[in-house]
Amino acid sequence: MVLQSLKNCLWLSCVVRTPKACFRSTASGSLVIQSVSNDVYQNLAVEDWIHDHMDLEKRQVLFLWRNSPAVVIGRHQNPWQECNLRLLRQKNIKLARRRSGGGTVYHDLGNINLTFFTTRKKYQRMENLKLIVKALKALRPQLDIHVTDRFDILLDRQYKISGTAAKLGRTSAYHHCTLLCNADKFVLSSVLKSPYEGLKSNATPSVPASVKNLFEEDPSLTSEMLLDAIAKEYAMQHQIDHHIMLINPADETLLPGINDKTKELQTWEWVYGKTPKFSVSTCLNIAYKGSVLDVKVNMDVKHGRIEVCNIDLPEQWLPPGLYSELVKNLTGSKFCPNETTALVTTLLRVCPQDDELHSRWSLLCENMIMLM
Amino acid sequence: VCIHRVRSCSSIRFIKSKYVCVFDKSALKFSHQQRLFRTSAVSCGQIVQFKLSDIGEGITEVTVKEWYIKEGDSVSQFDSICEVQSDKASVTITSRYDGIIRKLHYSIDEIAFVGKPLVDIEIDASKGVAPEEDVVETPPMSHEEHTHQEIKGHKTLATPAVRRLAMENNIKLSEVVGTGKDNRILKEDILNYLAKQTGAILPPSPKAEIVPPLRKTETVPAAPKDKACKIPVPVSRPTAFSGKDKTEPVTGFQKAMVKTMSAALKIPHFGYCDEVDLTQLVQLREELKPLAEIRGVKLSFMPFFIKAASLGLLQYPILNASLDESCQNVTYKASHNIGVAMDTEQGLIVPNVKNVQVCSVFDIALELNRLQSLGSAGQLGTSDLTGGTFTLSNIGTIGGTYAKPVILPPEVAIGALGRIQVLPRFNGKGEVFRAQIMSVSWSADHRIIDGATMARFSNLWKSYLENPASMLLDLK
Repeated sequence: MVLQSLKNCLWLSCVVRTPKACFRSTASGSLVIQSVSNDVYQNLAVEDWIHDHMDLEKRQVLFLWRNSPAVVIGRHQNPWQECNLRLLRQKNIKLARRRSGGGTVYHDLGNINLTFFTTRKKYQRMENLKLIVKALKALRPQLDIHVTDRFDILLDRQYKISGTAAKLGRTSAYHHCTLLCNADKFVLSSVLKSPYEGLKSNATPSVPASVKNLFEEDPSLTSEMLLDAIAKEYAMQHQIDHHIMLINPADETLLPGINDKTKELQTWEWVYGKTPKFSVSTCLNIAYKGSVLDVKVNMDVKHGRIEVCNIDLPEQWLPPGLYSELVKNLTGSKFCPNETTALVTTLLRVCPQDDELHSRWSLLCENMIMLM
Repeated sequence: VCIHRVRSCSSIRFIKSKYVCVFDKSALKFSHQQRLFRTSAVSCGQIVQFKLSDIGEGITEVTVKEWYIKEGDSVSQFDSICEVQSDKASVTITSRYDGIIRKLHYSIDEIAFVGKPLVDIEIDASKGVAPEEDVVETPPMSHEEHTHQEIKGHKTLATPAVRRLAMENNIKLSEVVGTGKDNRILKEDILNYLAKQTGAILPPSPKAEIVPPLRKTETVPAAPKDKACKIPVPVSRPTAFSGKDKTEPVTGFQKAMVKTMSAALKIPHFGYCDEVDLTQLVQLREELKPLAEIRGVKLSFMPFFIKAASLGLLQYPILNASLDESCQNVTYKASHNIGVAMDTEQGLIVPNVKNVQVCSVFDIALELNRLQSLGSAGQLGTSDLTGGTFTLSNIGTIGGTYAKPVILPPEVAIGALGRIQVLPRFNGKGEVFRAQIMSVSWSADHRIIDGATMARFSNLWKSYLENPASMLLDLK
């Protein structure tokens, strides 16, 4: 196998001369490309770019990528329901929403991602997964791996090592899947557990599964070996040379418009705002001056914004004017801890300057923010 | 249903009936050569039922997850209509027609069936109906999708992108001279036509029109393709503007700011400005920076400004006070919780450093670092953002000299710091030297603070900064 660096590769010198040229067809057409970036948003943007701009009629593409720690939710999922957002923020783990369907996955450098690009007509998930299994078995014949009819790949008949999702557009389609080589299972299980109760939603739920790393089965395996084996098998099946072309997802000359796509994937409107409508119904237990208040909270969240907000406070705990001001401002606001913190602290400036009042307000608001 | 080869379009049949949209799948499969299915409808405002086409893999039903359009919206061919999901696959359904959406057959989360109507679209009578692109086998010679537009019996060839450009500019394709092969109308032709009409030069077309033809057509050698390929840059400069106003509701934090700022403007502000010679402070900071770095702290000028302000407030405590709503009582705050205006993605956030009166410059720097990293991560807590008694806004990091800052209630004073400029100044001996000058603009609540107080506070603050050694004398 020949892994060509950006400076040496003959084709990639074309990148410098004529960006379009590097996507000109090789002998038969198909291409294996690998991202040099570990940024989940950049890599997802590459998928979008290829899906939107490349003509896949003559050639198919296999895209290999890995990400630094990130949680990736499916197109129609609810991040509050799928993962522990507070833990993600604490550990600085990114949250991304992909454009394909399916469930939530945890990515880190011990996980490899494979995307198979074809025309819409040639969309074939099972064949792709069989290709992967064939490649893995060629590398390590003793591995007990097979593809299920849910498009998962199982190790030893019980552990999931790969999950699948797909996106179909007007003329093109892609199927991507993960492959667990040496991911941090501890972090994986803790971030993919949502502490939420009382959340009602029609978002696609994930199906939890026991996972295992291929590395646990055979410690001599590395991500690089697996990537290479799969690329080799793909090259063989597509009758092309075994070259992996490196691409830089920040290269605007190579991929015009890619930076806009990357930015869009990072917007709040995309990551959180695309969550299907859901409702939160919970009870806050607020400890105040020796006693505990039970405060029922009901909120409807649409497009990531609070559409309806009901807080059941004991009468006169907050002056009614203040209570209605809080509800009025929360309505239409993002269901986001940062936004809400800024909102409530700003509102506090125009409240009567009373310490007791301030501490009640802060207590209530902090509990509300914990919900987000 | 009419079946024609693209290159030899001879006669076109006009079909009036409602089955214009129905394509029998089996009929589509019988040729390997290029085939486009085209039908034309002549009757006005014809409603066609756009059916959910085959997803592949034998899937018969999907869940509708999101609508991109609503009833009454107008759509163009290839616009996204909705997003459906089936078994981990998310599918974008695009429109086959230009027209107006008249009915959505499903609501969100309902199951939709392949082959059954998805939406009803009212097609504009003057335009032809586009071919069914999801079963088009891309012709070997050309990757472009062509649509025929029949107007007054002339056939005019133009790509959808060109057609859209014409539509946006209210141009009838029949009136444009095509210079492409088979008299095909190219984008340049539209632009030339417009230039002639208006004598003006035109805006470049949106990115989407430029990029896809380039990407998809580069590998094809056919002559007409080359012409289409050669439109990498717009032929003329923009003057005609086709943008639309965008109205959004004011919500969340922005809404709270509206309330706060409206209250702030009720305070009678007066301003007082001055300039501060920071030459000595600049030097001092250079010396102290590495020391702070060893301790893991980034030292900026702000900790000095904040500490000097606190020392000043000890002498003029009325600047660290609060006037109640009825203007009956003034509360002198014991703690100097000095707010630092921070520009974040959300807008203006003002976290404060608590109890500056008992903090060293280093303590302040440490705390500022903490607040800054939380601020950029969007993780500031409520306690960080409440309890402020006095504010400094270092707008100079962005730019500017003098400003007119707005007091943040319930405080009574605020200072805006401009950027540090190197300017020529005279020293005691009458010589010109290089001075590091920063301007400061104070605003104070004139109901309880008078100009003299503000001026004296400013002078004291200024003297601490111009001669940092003097701070040592008064440090607590």
